[in-house]
Amino acid sequence: MIKLIVILLSAVFINNYVLSRFLGICPFLGVSKKLDSATGMSLAVIFVMLMATAVTYPIQAFLLIPNNLEYLQTIVFILVIAALVQLVEIILKRYIPSLHKSLGVYLPLITTNCAVLGVTILNVQDYPVNETTTFWWGFAESMINSLGSGLGFFLAMVMFSGVRSAIEGNDIPKSFQGLPITLIAAAITSLSFLGFGGIIENIFA
Amino acid sequence: MEPILTAVIPVVIIGIICAAVLVIASKIMAVKEDERFPVIRECLPGANCGACGFAGCDGYAKALCENSDTPTNLCVPGADGVSRKLSEILGVEFADVIEQVAVVHCAGDCNKTHDKVDYHGIESCAAAKLLYGGKGSCIYGCLGLGDCASACPQDAICIENGIAHVDTRKCIGCGICTKTCPNHLISLVADVERVVVTCSNKDKGALTRKVCSNGCIGCKKCEKVCPLGAIKVTDNVAVIDYEKCTDCPDFGVCAKNCTTGCIMISDLSGMHHYKEKTDK
Repeated sequence: MIKLIVILLSAVFINNYVLSRFLGICPFLGVSKKLDSATGMSLAVIFVMLMATAVTYPIQAFLLIPNNLEYLQTIVFILVIAALVQLVEIILKRYIPSLHKSLGVYLPLITTNCAVLGVTILNVQDYPVNETTTFWWGFAESMINSLGSGLGFFLAMVMFSGVRSAIEGNDIPKSFQGLPITLIAAAITSLSFLGFGGIIENIFA
Repeated sequence: MEPILTAVIPVVIIGIICAAVLVIASKIMAVKEDERFPVIRECLPGANCGACGFAGCDGYAKALCENSDTPTNLCVPGADGVSRKLSEILGVEFADVIEQVAVVHCAGDCNKTHDKVDYHGIESCAAAKLLYGGKGSCIYGCLGLGDCASACPQDAICIENGIAHVDTRKCIGCGICTKTCPNHLISLVADVERVVVTCSNKDKGALTRKVCSNGCIGCKKCEKVCPLGAIKVTDNVAVIDYEKCTDCPDFGVCAKNCTTGCIMISDLSGMHHYKEKTDK
């Protein structure tokens, strides 16, 4: 049980997908301007990450490994993720049109979001089914890791949208306006996450 | 089994399952789009100039679909033709579009004023303005480096003799140039024949006189002769209130009496009225 908590917390803080692994930077810079759309995007990403893991982990365990088809991992996973993102888009368009509009092009871009593909691939690598672990245990670990990664993405997005709104009102030199100052701010934000390194393991050690 | 088949078959099966789920989902959760939207969008000129106040032609078409209070006469470039089509589609009464053209409120060309410095900087009004208010001796006047001309989507502005001129027959009245002029010299006026004040110098008469022979010296003669009381001298420069300046009984009296000739009678009939005239 403690192992699951460690996985969750380290996925959120230590191995934060945006700020430590540098995956999913595109929506991180693109949608973090407003808190509402940042929250909406993060929730969509959490949903897609969980769904993607729930579908791809069994595919890996029951279809790809028994048939020695591990090399199809990337293409099959992308196929599943793309379908899921389309599904999310249809659902959002029907039930939350305002969020659908504010996410704009970034929603279909979750399809090729490396954070989502990264989560699914790292899950099957880090928590594989083998002699010592059963399928259900590995599946639970993977789902917790996906949830943690999604929450980490959410945390980074919300934090950074706060940072950006603080930047907004300032008198920035013209050559730094727009993306340059945003990238510098992102770098400093990710630097602060370095401080979490090693904390979680030692707390539960 | 062939290895290629063991690879292809699972991927195909997964693809078919995903496709089936998506088809079912899109059928169940289909969103109806307003069928008038593409028709309305088709009517609009597609210049995306923003003269209507919405974000491009798509934005205006959307507003027309969703909100029945949106006026149909906001598209200045499209003029009456577009307004008529829109009112037919939406089934509302036709509203006349006031066609507008851009007017430059400066006529201080090289013959009337002179340069105070020899400017060799960036060829842009905005840049020249930062350097002691521009190269010309009048800091209120046209800088003549053509920021408005490069911003104009219709190539309706040209620089001649050091100042900007608007070709009213090409001008669609989008108002983009009014926002780019660093001296705010350009404004939009209705494109019927009008008198125009071609000076924006806010200095006192004597100072204005020194820098430009065309400058408004604020003598208030026009104020006195105007039969409709439409001209007012504010900040040492004459300003015409075009709402009052209609059906003048003594048309052109202000221009005739202007001491420096900065009030001019100009034919501002734009593309739409010009076409009507030539059609007749």
